[in-house]
Amino acid sequence: MQNTMKITAEDIATAKARLPRAFSETPRQRLIKMIGWSIFIGLIAYTLIAFNFSPERIWTGLGKLGFVLSFMLPPYVWPSWELFMEPVTAIGETLAMAFLGTLLAGLVALPLGFLGAKNILKVEWMRFGVRRGFDTLRAFEQLVLALIFIRAFGLGPLAGIFAITVSDIGSLSKLFAEAIENVENKQIEGVKATGAGPLQTLRLAVLPQVLPVMLSNLLYYLESNTRSATILGVVGAGGVGFLLYDRISANNWDEVMSIVILILITVYAIDSLSGWLRGKIIGKNEYRP
Amino acid sequence: MAAGAPDGVPAVIVLKPSFSASSFQTVTELTLSPDSDAVARFRHNYAAARRRKRRMDFVYLVVFTVCLGIAVIVGEFDPVRIWNGLPRLHEFIVKILPVLRWESLGADLAEWFLPFRLWLKLLVETILIAFLATVFGVFGAFLLSFPASRNLMPNRFILFTSRRLLEIARTVPELVYALIFVFCFGIGPMAGVLAIAVHTMGALGKLYSEVNENIDMKAPEGLRAAGANWTQMIRFAVVPQVLPNHVSYTLLRFEINVRSSSIIGFVGAGGLGQEIRTAISFQYYTDISALFLIILVTVASIDLICERIRHRFIGREGL
Repeated sequence: MQNTMKITAEDIATAKARLPRAFSETPRQRLIKMIGWSIFIGLIAYTLIAFNFSPERIWTGLGKLGFVLSFMLPPYVWPSWELFMEPVTAIGETLAMAFLGTLLAGLVALPLGFLGAKNILKVEWMRFGVRRGFDTLRAFEQLVLALIFIRAFGLGPLAGIFAITVSDIGSLSKLFAEAIENVENKQIEGVKATGAGPLQTLRLAVLPQVLPVMLSNLLYYLESNTRSATILGVVGAGGVGFLLYDRISANNWDEVMSIVILILITVYAIDSLSGWLRGKIIGKNEYRP
Repeated sequence: MAAGAPDGVPAVIVLKPSFSASSFQTVTELTLSPDSDAVARFRHNYAAARRRKRRMDFVYLVVFTVCLGIAVIVGEFDPVRIWNGLPRLHEFIVKILPVLRWESLGADLAEWFLPFRLWLKLLVETILIAFLATVFGVFGAFLLSFPASRNLMPNRFILFTSRRLLEIARTVPELVYALIFVFCFGIGPMAGVLAIAVHTMGALGKLYSEVNENIDMKAPEGLRAAGANWTQMIRFAVVPQVLPNHVSYTLLRFEINVRSSSIIGFVGAGGLGQEIRTAISFQYYTDISALFLIILVTVASIDLICERIRHRFIGREGL
């Protein structure tokens, strides 16, 4: 069954003559590509020079990094329970901040979410305003908010809680509004047909549809806030970050390593706990924001 | 069996196969009496299920309340303290707002943005930190994402190692890396670039490998069958499939990195963050609002530009 087609150099040449674009780009396209790449590479080169990425600086830096890593490697073991309780309480504070911050944000975002939903608030310009308000809230960084709340409430976890709350209200409200917009109309009509009033419709037709999505989103935010709450302490807003900052300033690298390991364990624990809870609420992997 | 009120288990279940035929009307009524066996069993099971649900609800409520209580105590959530802090918060917000009068608007604006030259320089630095960190992070993430994809890496050991490496890179917060790198490489934007790059590598590496795992395996298998080695297979069968999504994720990450690089200066790693921290600590109130405005406008415009480019790239794939 020898049925192969022979392609000669002539065939290729004729094909090239007939369809030049299939074999190569036009000079214009090539020029644009080349300009793009040279701008990109030039920008990298400029930045490297402007930021002083000199070889000797990298070399000494890497040397210091190796020094730090070598000091980290047998991680510190706290010699007594009393000393061990210090990082444990700090991590407890971190978790409390994440939990309360997420809860408060969820409580505030629930009514705001209804205001931002197309099928609830039917006035176009008002909804537009509400949505832009969410965007503005989302733009504030947690650390900056933490600094502001420290000025109001003093050093400690309270500032961190409010920083988490305020920065999450915007995103959660937006997600809640989207969940409410995606509600099936059939169930609402069904409940209305049995003679339910507006509040009963909300309770029996809308909430059962949106509550699992909202809870699942809240759990995702709890996970992410656990991560961010660990660093809020760096500026003094409570939690394990302050301890970490303190040990880094004191160059206690082995203790830094141990604290980082504790943080990683906590984050994994919270992730798997919230994953399990989410599985119970909505079934595994059914919804991801 | 219709759903009943809490205790209203339907007492009589009637099954009515009714033949509304002409002459002989045979209406068979199958009636289950309330004290029949099946009904009793149903009632019993129904009550048990409800009791179980109520018990679980109670357990969840107790667990939640205990967690809340502990969190309130540990988090020092003190209503009195909050109440006392509110006037200070109000005062702060009033103070950071600039004084702008209509008759002297130009002069007021000039006073509000007095160190504009310095801020512009730092803003450029912030964006460049994000840019370079994204470039470095993408480089690492792209290379590590292929050995970290389950469908492309037959070697368990390499798969496991690269996945754990990415996991560690993204789980440790950026600010912690920044603190360590500031110690090693000195104060300045270099530490910030490296810190954000490491975190970007971890975060993007995961997203990239997820994209890689969802590709159509026909092309790689074909290349394998034609005798290509692993690198050739990746280059000619995998990369063309995944590139548009990788680019889209990269642009999304660049937006996030601009935000991060604006606060990484809090620990001395370059960018506008240093100015924000100074302004808040030394109470240069109107500077705070000016800096917020600068960052807000920058982030919003970069988001907008990136969204445009992203749509072009994804649009090509029709995703």
